[in-house]
Amino acid sequence: MSDANHGIRLSRRRFLQVLAGTAGALVIGIRAAEAADTDAPLPPSLLGDTFYGIGAYVRIDADGNVLIGVRDPDTGTGVATALPRIIADELDADWNRVSVVSLGLGVTDNNGQPSWIYGRQLGGTGGSISAAWADLRQAGAVARWLLLQAAARRLGVPADRLRCESGTVIALDGRRFTYGSLVEDASKIDMPNSVPPLKTAERYQLIGNPAGDVDAREIVTGQTRFAIDQQYGDTLTAVVVHCPWPDGTLDGIDFTDTLAVKGVRKVLQLSPEVGQQAGTTLSATAVVVLAEDTWSALKGRQKLKLKWKPGASNSESSDALEQQAGALLAGKTDPTTRVRNDGDYDAASKKAARRLEATYFQPWLAHATAEPMNCLVRVEKNKATLVVPTQAPQKAWAVVHRITGLSPDQIEIGVPRVGGGYGRRLDHDYLAEAVMLASNKDIDTSVRLIWTNDQDLAHDYYRSGSVHQLSVIIDRKRQITGWNQRMVSASALVNRGVPDSRLWTSEVDVDQLPAALVPNYRSDWYAQTSAIPRGPSRSMPHLSNAFAVESFIDEIAHSMKEDPLDTHLRLLGEARELPLSGGGTFDTGRLINVLKLVADRIEWKNWLHSVNGLGIACWHFNGAYVAHAVEVATKDQKLIVQRVVCAVDVGRIINPMGLEGQVAGATLDALSTALNLSITFKDGQIQQHSGKDYPLASMALLPNAVEVITVPGDRDPAGASFLAMPTAAPALANAVFRATAVRIRRLPLTRELSRLS
Amino acid sequence: MALAQAQALPATNTIVPDKIRDGIDLQINGEHYRHTGDPQMPLLWYLRDVLRLTGTKYGGEHGENGADLILLKGRATSAISVSVAKAANAEIVTIEGLAANDGTLHPVQQAFIDEDAIGCGYCTPGWIIASVDLLKRKKQPSDDDIDTLPNVCRCGCQTRVRRAIKRVAAGKAGQP
Repeated sequence: MSDANHGIRLSRRRFLQVLAGTAGALVIGIRAAEAADTDAPLPPSLLGDTFYGIGAYVRIDADGNVLIGVRDPDTGTGVATALPRIIADELDADWNRVSVVSLGLGVTDNNGQPSWIYGRQLGGTGGSISAAWADLRQAGAVARWLLLQAAARRLGVPADRLRCESGTVIALDGRRFTYGSLVEDASKIDMPNSVPPLKTAERYQLIGNPAGDVDAREIVTGQTRFAIDQQYGDTLTAVVVHCPWPDGTLDGIDFTDTLAVKGVRKVLQLSPEVGQQAGTTLSATAVVVLAEDTWSALKGRQKLKLKWKPGASNSESSDALEQQAGALLAGKTDPTTRVRNDGDYDAASKKAARRLEATYFQPWLAHATAEPMNCLVRVEKNKATLVVPTQAPQKAWAVVHRITGLSPDQIEIGVPRVGGGYGRRLDHDYLAEAVMLASNKDIDTSVRLIWTNDQDLAHDYYRSGSVHQLSVIIDRKRQITGWNQRMVSASALVNRGVPDSRLWTSEVDVDQLPAALVPNYRSDWYAQTSAIPRGPSRSMPHLSNAFAVESFIDEIAHSMKEDPLDTHLRLLGEARELPLSGGGTFDTGRLINVLKLVADRIEWKNWLHSVNGLGIACWHFNGAYVAHAVEVATKDQKLIVQRVVCAVDVGRIINPMGLEGQVAGATLDALSTALNLSITFKDGQIQQHSGKDYPLASMALLPNAVEVITVPGDRDPAGASFLAMPTAAPALANAVFRATAVRIRRLPLTRELSRLS
Repeated sequence: MALAQAQALPATNTIVPDKIRDGIDLQINGEHYRHTGDPQMPLLWYLRDVLRLTGTKYGGEHGENGADLILLKGRATSAISVSVAKAANAEIVTIEGLAANDGTLHPVQQAFIDEDAIGCGYCTPGWIIASVDLLKRKKQPSDDDIDTLPNVCRCGCQTRVRRAIKRVAAGKAGQP
């Protein structure tokens, strides 16, 4: 979800502050003040000194150990490794002496309003690395400057005659001081008036070099405590069953048998709070069983006798929505939003030498995180303590605050490593549920709420299904002169405080390919309404749009009897920078480069004559560039994904090993999704209830390797956690077309291929 | 019953071992435990809620994603699909019990670190257990053998898991 961080102002003033920590440790932090509009820097003393836990970002102890805090939740994106390495490199720390801790939510009370200590805290939205690049390096630079000053005073030489290397300050004459031996002195030195110069690239020691996950040893030994693994004092376990209809109600309940189960303590009903935005309260009415342990709670839930009454949505079905979308596109209705309109498509249409139109159908999708929704919470009179798997701790805070009425200082939110996010944990319905439970006057223990997987699948905030109708105009010189995209979907932003005129922003990107490359380019979006909840999803809106657009370019190439790589290259034209309407530029040269890299690696020259099918696709978003090339074979009527190559250009690479993992991982996720996954609903009810109904791809269905090519660069780094999602599916479908002559215009692919074969 | 037997003990200063007690004997990671609660409790919840061994994860009501795998008599088994009663007296190894007592990692654990075969890390213990089982049965597993692993992972760690298994087979765990 690329839009999530647009609301966060990066222009906030940040203040560096030094605190003498316990036992002579040096603690450096960046304070984000809310005084965004004042030019005069506030002296740090005015900001107070309430640091959370170990404090801000860096602590150097007298024994030379360095502790670095991570502000953003790590949902498997590698930020817990990458962010500390950005700081550690600037500090010239010895990476072997660095430990990493998750900071949890940093909030203080500013006259009843929350003041965020660490600035931006958000995970899995593709923005952590860019934000860290903009501010976290300073924390390392200031710490290094202070250590240099301390050494300079001790030696009586100017600081610029000293250098730092791997946790040591070294003088020209070879004398050395470990950081540990300097921290006590350094902590007494005043902060620099301005941020010391940052390192230049040739001096990077960690940035650009591979590093494994900082939590790896704990993970492989089963020691990592996810939220679901934690308890807090006397703790009751809560399991839940939700009404099958989001707008349904509880019409009857008998829980006598449930209460008879040993260990079961209570049965409670919870309802969505009226008037609250999606993702901040329950998405459906729920009945909760509280018990001493999970097994007792589950047994109790089994014995509930519930009668649900459907709401008005009980006639909805995904099939009917798709038919309605088709009717909408067949008619003459004006779009809900004309997203972009360059040139004059209709006028160009009259001069067309050739026209082509195709319609693509994509299903609803769920998040299917590995760690189910869960939340550990204790609510006391003046305090709420939570451990929660969230991607957005500050949004989580707002929900706790609203339900409990507690002030910023009274709410403590710990965020351990998160078992998958993909946008699901930008919403906090499960947290609202847990906090409402724990706030109940009869509950005086901690509550550990755990959703079973059937609840996860059937009560998600889904990615809407969509229909894309694409038309193209080609002139006599075989140039694409007109492009018309008409898309129908149910916006993910409904009931999320977004004005109607902006609901399209979760569905389509105003700058997506081939915008800016085609003189007469039109993009229309048609809104559908649905009671089925929608929300942020991985690589939204690019996942669905790249499939339609990049499949269509392949169809255009085929209709012109042209190699699709050539069609792409002709469309992209000269290497140049084109302005994006959303800010920044689109560097066609970088996109051409990744496209050529994957083509070379997969030996695209064999495209025409290969027995296997080769397919290619490219995309750009968030200032990053990606291309996939896929080779498929068919054997005994079965599709085999033989080879997958992916090239990415994210600018400066912080951790090549992490980047490779993200790119390979997102590629496999995209293939798994495209091959077999869809959410359907009938009579207003979701029809998938377990992993068997929503089968993530087994190893046998996935390629044995993903060949990842990373383009070195020196531009400021862009996020990569879902960069490789959008292009895998169209490259796959284009390869399938070469291998089978079957054009896939509907996902999931496996079912469609067998239907058409 | 346990209480009745306790009362039946002879009033003597000699300490005598308990004879027969209620409950189910379990042998987990080389330690002995006795479960006196519901015999039908799935092993998963016994491990997680009673013993607080939380490395084995909930992975669906039928262990669909493989995060709840443990070694039961050496074979990878879904811990939610086997009751404590059925696991009685059988040798059980969880992710916490794979490394040697001195902290030396099992080669499969080491290879997962070497290959950074980790996404969010939630399902990683299950992948490791399944890989240990596979490598025990097939010292040199083919790609088709590796394809039989029952786990799934949305983070997409599969290609790196494959490399990790091959690394172990080649005797290169822990090597550069």
